[in-house]
Amino acid sequence: MNDYVQEVGALTTRWVKRLSRERFSLLFTLAQPMVFWLIFFGNLFQRTADMAIVQTPNYIAFLTAGVVIMTILNNGLAGGTDLLFDKENGFLERMLSTPISRTSIVMSRFLFVMAITSGQVLVILGVAYLYGVHPVTGLGGVAVIILIGLLFGIGLTALSMAMAFSVKSHGDFFSMLGFLSLPMIFLSSALVPLSAMPGWMAFLARLNPMTWAIDAVRPLILTGWDAAVPQIGIVVIVMAVFDAFCLWLAAKAFRKTLG
Amino acid sequence: MGLTVGGPFAIEVEGLSKTYDGAVTAVEDVSFQVSPGEVFGLLGPNGAGKTTTLRVLITVLRPSGGTARVLGMDVVEQADAVRQAIGYVPQERAIDRFLSGREHLQLLAGLYHIPKDQAAARIDAVLALVNLEHKADEIARNYSGGMKRKLDIACGLLPNPKVLFMDEPTLGLDVESRLKIWEHIRQLKARGITIVLTTNYLDEADQLCDRLAIIDGGRVKVIGSPKELKSGLGGDIVTLTLASGDLDKVEALAQAIKGQTGVKAVSIKQHLLDIRVASPEATLPAILGAVTAHGCRLEFVDFHRPRLDDVFLAHTGRHMKEDA
Repeated sequence: MNDYVQEVGALTTRWVKRLSRERFSLLFTLAQPMVFWLIFFGNLFQRTADMAIVQTPNYIAFLTAGVVIMTILNNGLAGGTDLLFDKENGFLERMLSTPISRTSIVMSRFLFVMAITSGQVLVILGVAYLYGVHPVTGLGGVAVIILIGLLFGIGLTALSMAMAFSVKSHGDFFSMLGFLSLPMIFLSSALVPLSAMPGWMAFLARLNPMTWAIDAVRPLILTGWDAAVPQIGIVVIVMAVFDAFCLWLAAKAFRKTLG
Repeated sequence: MGLTVGGPFAIEVEGLSKTYDGAVTAVEDVSFQVSPGEVFGLLGPNGAGKTTTLRVLITVLRPSGGTARVLGMDVVEQADAVRQAIGYVPQERAIDRFLSGREHLQLLAGLYHIPKDQAAARIDAVLALVNLEHKADEIARNYSGGMKRKLDIACGLLPNPKVLFMDEPTLGLDVESRLKIWEHIRQLKARGITIVLTTNYLDEADQLCDRLAIIDGGRVKVIGSPKELKSGLGGDIVTLTLASGDLDKVEALAQAIKGQTGVKAVSIKQHLLDIRVASPEATLPAILGAVTAHGCRLEFVDFHRPRLDDVFLAHTGRHMKEDA
């Protein structure tokens, strides 16, 4: 147990150090979702969005839940990137030749991605707060939002690592990321409610775990606990299935990497 | 650590094979033994199966067939115990360019479960061993190729290994750095560490290795000390290249040279005569005499002691350099 804590600690420290030396990357990672989506996109569509359909006083209030989950999506899907490069340059092999538990590398990635993601969610909620979006469920609600994000993030990070271990080249990896990320966003309730979508898109959006996460986060920000609790119940079940599936994929890919 | 030493060998590989995705065979029926304290080389061109063999030995690749034991421990069944006992020096690219040299070692100290209060002293010791103390806190991005290699070796030595595995230890290095790395490897041997290295440099195998296995196409072609392998070729090598107009005389000339004293063997390769002699200094005049007597003109004469390249050629049918 002590050994495990030491391994995971050493590995997580490495991820933190790497990020702290990539200042620009850190800045863009933190700023991108709130600048691009919340501020630009939110203000851009403020007047075209129909408040009767989004059922909020303004579009940014509607969009906040979507941006929170989009951030988790993008961080999670990118969560395997460092391991991808480690695999390609042989660093992964160096680590695997040491007497560590095979899960500690994966665990360190989870811890790191989850910590970054939680910080980002707080930044996004803070910026939204400045635009007058005050979560009605208060700090308790914010804590639940982060927990929902972590539940979703575990599966995504696992999926990303599964991809990192299986792809032949990092070009493939980034193509797949691009291919997954935008459709996941458009085919979800991030930008418009399902009721406003064409039927076939709404149908696909319901198969997207992201939709369920957003639909649980949104009432925590806009309406209150009464509306949120049933959605939270559903999202826990959806995420349990999603996470189990992604972890299974990751375990399979990891074993294959080890020959 | 509970070592169960199963034999007199530090490493025993028996009938090892590895097939990827059930189709591509990387190594086939590879067997060799390494004695404690030896420097053992796996020599071959790129893609020969050296690195695959090494990856099985460091437990990151499961063999498809056969067995491999390190210090008597099976690399599959007792992988964790093997990992505890070995050090690994990967190819130079396996450096995190955002970390300093010391931070690499701190990470590995965590992965080898070295207690925090011992780690700092241990790290200082391995840094001193490779003369990298003064650059230890610089970010690895700024390291030269030679410095990266030194850091790799320091990383490999951190766990105090009994067996050190090195993948192409001097690949891409300038001459001066290469000689320094060789010097480090000799020092490690003097400390009693068993070293297994892969290389596609003939002079490296020749200079450093006590014994080596020549690998080509996934198979071990021959195993022995550089000296044994070279003397196994049957003498020094004299090569005569005949002028193209005299090709019809080559048979007769070969017969005549075979009869000279000191000539061990003669073989014809188109317009080349490959002659093995006990001593070129003593035999060359007689050979040249036979050439003159047959009225042959020579384009080129070459004579040399057998080199590992000749050994490679003799066992694989081609020159090593063609693949480098």
